[in-house]
Amino acid sequence: MSVARQNNFNTYAAHGALILYTLIALFPVFVIVINSFKTRKAIFREPLALPNSDSFSLIGYETVLKQGDFFLYFQNSMIVTVGSLFFILLFGAMAAFALAEYRFRGNLIMGLYLALGIMIPIRIGTVAILEMMVQTGLVNTLWALILVYTAQGLPLAVFILSEFMRQVSDDLKNAGRIDGLSEYRIFFRLVLPLVRPAMATVAVFNMIPIWNDLWFPLILAPAEEVKTLTLGSQVFIGQFVTDWNAVLSALSLAILPVMALYVVFSRQLIRGITSGAVK
Amino acid sequence: MSDPHSKPKIRWHIIVFLAPAVLVYTAVMIYPLFNTLRLSLFSEVEQTRVFVGLQNFRTLFGDAVWSAQFWNALANNFWFFLIHMLVQNPIGIALAAILSHPKLRFASFYRSAIFIPTILSFVIVGFAWKLILSPIWGIAPGMLDAVGLKSLYAPWLGKEAYALTTLSLVSVWQFVGIPMMLIYAALLSIPDEILEAAEVEGITGFSAFWKIKLPLILPSIGIISILTFVANFNAFDLIYAAQGALAGPDFSTDILGTFMYRTFFGFQLQLGDPHMGSTIASVMFAIILIGVCLYLFGIQSRMRRYQF
Repeated sequence: MSVARQNNFNTYAAHGALILYTLIALFPVFVIVINSFKTRKAIFREPLALPNSDSFSLIGYETVLKQGDFFLYFQNSMIVTVGSLFFILLFGAMAAFALAEYRFRGNLIMGLYLALGIMIPIRIGTVAILEMMVQTGLVNTLWALILVYTAQGLPLAVFILSEFMRQVSDDLKNAGRIDGLSEYRIFFRLVLPLVRPAMATVAVFNMIPIWNDLWFPLILAPAEEVKTLTLGSQVFIGQFVTDWNAVLSALSLAILPVMALYVVFSRQLIRGITSGAVK
Repeated sequence: MSDPHSKPKIRWHIIVFLAPAVLVYTAVMIYPLFNTLRLSLFSEVEQTRVFVGLQNFRTLFGDAVWSAQFWNALANNFWFFLIHMLVQNPIGIALAAILSHPKLRFASFYRSAIFIPTILSFVIVGFAWKLILSPIWGIAPGMLDAVGLKSLYAPWLGKEAYALTTLSLVSVWQFVGIPMMLIYAALLSIPDEILEAAEVEGITGFSAFWKIKLPLILPSIGIISILTFVANFNAFDLIYAAQGALAGPDFSTDILGTFMYRTFFGFQLQLGDPHMGSTIASVMFAIILIGVCLYLFGIQSRMRRYQF
């Protein structure tokens, strides 16, 4: 009897703690989003109230859409994120295959060399990266960002993908070789489809940091026509700092795409983390 | 085949597979990294680049104005890191321990919800908290008033004494999901037999966590610590989004990332100086390298790994 009661108590305590922390985690997002739909007066008079017919207003969103070019920013962020992920996955998988499949001199050294970048942040090299981008004329282009994020993402991608590629059965590849497939075809036709789940994990891991990065857009591509959504909203909010409707709406608009991505990919992301891919 | 000693022909496909990744990685990451270290040994005199040896480092550590800024940023950075270690990681471990309870309902809901702040950008997080803590809007004072603690309220982000701690806690709020997830994964990988054996011995609940689970997840806690260290010592975005490049009030929230940015790009009347920027980057590189080496050789190699 007493054991059962204690278990009940423990369950309540566990739910209590988790609910409390969930509220702490979601409260700021909730406050920002509900207030973005209110009139200026209502924002200040009752910040915690839901918008009602009296206080409902879209004035902030109107300002944002009129003053800031959020569709362009969104498009830039999309191009940079998708482009970087494409190159991280393609180049990462190719290198991972070479390291996992073939025995050649320098294999281990090459693996260690590529793994260096897992621990060392690419930001340390910013001064020289900017200098290089200026010299090659890539500054203020989306290519600069794509190149940097590709380089940043490759080390972990190679590391995770080569672990998975080692598990692909040798018999399958050898059967392909006997059938006369070239090494390239073995990679693209046989191996790549089999490591798709690992590729998805790598993509999800890289997606959010690339989308949210502020440092490199600020330094390498600050021009209006190549601003990413993160930089664009930062600059916009800085300019409209006294227009609370506009600031709250801009924040809500910036939250929206990430939340959408999260809803679509959260299972993949959580499975990726919990399956120990980052050990 | 007949002569194993003959020179093997070059297997071009290996080169083709490796080349793109190695080229991009070398050109955009490794080469600039070393180039930055090299640039820290140069200075600009009359618009030409001249080699000055360790002069920049001497300025950084020896010149009164520079060294005051540097030590301020470094000390702040250590405080930033300490708060993450003392608040973020214990909360993450506690949440993971609760979540990993096998019969807990709605576990995946809690997990996904608590992870949400981690996916938001620093810009959103920085501004959202700035607004919430702002004395103008009054959400924070209003909520404290509701529980009768209004006297505790202060405009935390505007006070030198509190601003850095407040921002560290905002960062903790944002990233608590990462230790939670990694520890959660580690706890799930502990086999049931071990826990059942402990239960037979009468070790359950809290003591099972302290005596059985915690020692088994120590390697994961080590990994989280080094990840936190590296992330904190090249942090920049949150401070920049919330307080601007000047890391106010009066540089009280300045950390190495913002210090390097200001030095590199210049601000107000001071011109940007890529060479001093590289010098600070080199020091950051050294700090991160020391941290990673301490972890790899000092902690990880001594830690016993359990194979299940």
